[in-house]
Amino acid sequence: MKAFTQVTGIVAPLDRANVDTDQIIPKQFLKSIQRTGFGPNLFDEWRYLDQGFPGQDYTQRPLNKDFVLNQEPYTQAKILLTRQNFGCGSSREHAPWALDDFGFRCIIAPSFADIFYNNCFKNGILPIQLTEEQVENLFHLVTENKGFTFTVDLESQTIKAGDESQSHLLDEIKFDIPAPRKSSLLKGLDEIGETLVHSDVIRAFEEKYHSANPWL
Amino acid sequence: MAQTLYDKLWQSHLVMDRDDGSSLIYIDRHLLHEVTSPQAFEGLRLAKRPLWRLKANVATADHNVPTTPDREVIKDEVSRIQVETLGRNCSDFDITLFDLADRRQGIVHVVGPEQGLTLPGMTVVCGDSHTSTHGAFGALAHGIGTSEVEHVLATQCLVQTKSKNMRIWVDSPLSAGVTAKDLALYICGQIGTAGGTGYALEFAGPGIEALSMEGRMTLCNMAIEAGARAGMVAVDQTTIDYIEGRDYAPKGENWEKAVAAWKQLHSDADAVFDRDIKINGAAIEPQVSWGTSPEMVISVNEPLPLPENEVDSVKRDGMKRAYEYMGLTPGAALADITPDRVFIGSCTNSRIEDLRAAAEVAKGRKVSPKVKQALVVPGSGLVKAQAEKEGLDVIFKEAGFEWREPGCSMCLAMNADRLEQGEHCASTSNRNFEGRQGYGGRTHLVSPATAAAAAIAGAFVDVRTVMNQGAQ
Ligand code: SF4
Repeated sequence: MKAFTQVTGIVAPLDRANVDTDQIIPKQFLKSIQRTGFGPNLFDEWRYLDQGFPGQDYTQRPLNKDFVLNQEPYTQAKILLTRQNFGCGSSREHAPWALDDFGFRCIIAPSFADIFYNNCFKNGILPIQLTEEQVENLFHLVTENKGFTFTVDLESQTIKAGDESQSHLLDEIKFDIPAPRKSSLLKGLDEIGETLVHSDVIRAFEEKYHSANPWL
Repeated sequence: MAQTLYDKLWQSHLVMDRDDGSSLIYIDRHLLHEVTSPQAFEGLRLAKRPLWRLKANVATADHNVPTTPDREVIKDEVSRIQVETLGRNCSDFDITLFDLADRRQGIVHVVGPEQGLTLPGMTVVCGDSHTSTHGAFGALAHGIGTSEVEHVLATQCLVQTKSKNMRIWVDSPLSAGVTAKDLALYICGQIGTAGGTGYALEFAGPGIEALSMEGRMTLCNMAIEAGARAGMVAVDQTTIDYIEGRDYAPKGENWEKAVAAWKQLHSDADAVFDRDIKINGAAIEPQVSWGTSPEMVISVNEPLPLPENEVDSVKRDGMKRAYEYMGLTPGAALADITPDRVFIGSCTNSRIEDLRAAAEVAKGRKVSPKVKQALVVPGSGLVKAQAEKEGLDVIFKEAGFEWREPGCSMCLAMNADRLEQGEHCASTSNRNFEGRQGYGGRTHLVSPATAAAAAIAGAFVDVRTVMNQGAQ
């Protein structure tokens, strides 16, 4: 797992609720057996005017100029600001892979779907949950100040203006994050390796469990 | 202390609490398919890690597979590589695979229960969000991502934090012509697609007890559409009767022991839920989704909702966007929409009971000439065989439906079965997201009976009216 400590970058506002993982990365790209290369097809149906398919030369495709990630400076964005229930639907980890591949390291929303939330941490992406009101205020801030940057720091659990000269526009925001999530993300641990440290405990559990449930 | 069903399942699989407040949970059954597993196997190989418990794992190919009779040679090269990769991974690691030549092949969430691979009291996971289906058996079942697939393969455990408890109590059986699918859609409409986020969801009450296992699976399948990773139903005689005699179900003395243990798998009478919702089952009508989220759903005889009546501005914007995508007008009637295609299938509604319900409507009637294609895709080879034994295939074909081979098919259109841009579909699947059934496609989620009625009428109509009219 990749570690996450701090990121400073442009915030892209994606003003939609219930963005599902089919939208984040459409199914035809799930046919890949790799973990990388999904970035150009992130939000494919919103980003391009034509229909995408795997293996195509995306540089030749007609762009939807109205879509936020096609507008400068958001092609360079590292932080995504969006609405409630982000990442609902399918469990595809290709969704965080695509976000990561595009360059996003942090997503801010009022709520996330459970499986997607979990998948983010496995890939060094920090999903931050704020209140609806906070998110609404941030939408105003970043749309009125195009290219506004945040510095997100996991250790101190804070969001502030990425650029000192703009700090008067944004009071530091504290965010909550479950303790186990924070510690594993900060360290970027190999989770399987961590679990296997407890092999003896698992084996002992297994033995007892299977003798109590002999049909399994 | 009184425990919920979820508390009991959690407790019995708790290997250890970790220092950081999370827990290690033991996994009994791990189901695999071709789309979310390749990168996990690759990870194991790179780290030179063996499987922890071989027999916990069973695989089948479903998402990419063609549903036409010549399907064993997959023409789409990328799909073929993915299905072949699953085959190679299973043979390298020695995992049981139901491949395209095996009559047990089918949609992973149909196959597991059908084989008796899903049993009460188990923890069941799969790299697929509709794993919640298996909760119908009094199991703790949920979807996982590919990193977790690898974690389960290597350790037989998952790192989890406990969810909160939520119960949906359905106080009375559903009315005639109304099915578990209508109930599932109704619940999405009531609590919203994020309503169950952070909860383990238990469906209970007389309305649930009256449901068959197929119905319970349909309902738990869509728990994820209501935001809950896991949905579940307590074990009762209906559960036990369904499992008895299945290939992987316990036999003999073990069967007796298992049944005795399974009978404990229900919430204690005085268990407390963090959230408790009551629903009047008898009052629910056939449901049809009109928008691009499963919560955008109405009763079949209601007019399409007006965005200006929505007080929440984010929701209102979502509705407007959905109307634009769906090409529909607020206030219009569902009966004015013609489904260009009809799809009966998916892990929500492709089991034998679903096909029977659709066939009952199709029998002696004809698919409307306004409908370009009406597909019936059984959930597994065994469902298909059973349906053919009952003559359902003949009923469908005579009515003008196509009768296909098992797979996910037009539920997510990773194979050749898909909507064309702008087409409306009456679909028994679970997601009406933009583009889900094909680029620019417009999905209306319905029950199998309502889908068949839509095919016959060439419009979204009340299936009860169609049935009352009698066959032509
Ligand atoms: S039928 Fe649809 S929802 Fe079910 S597993 Fe297949 S693709 Fe997923």
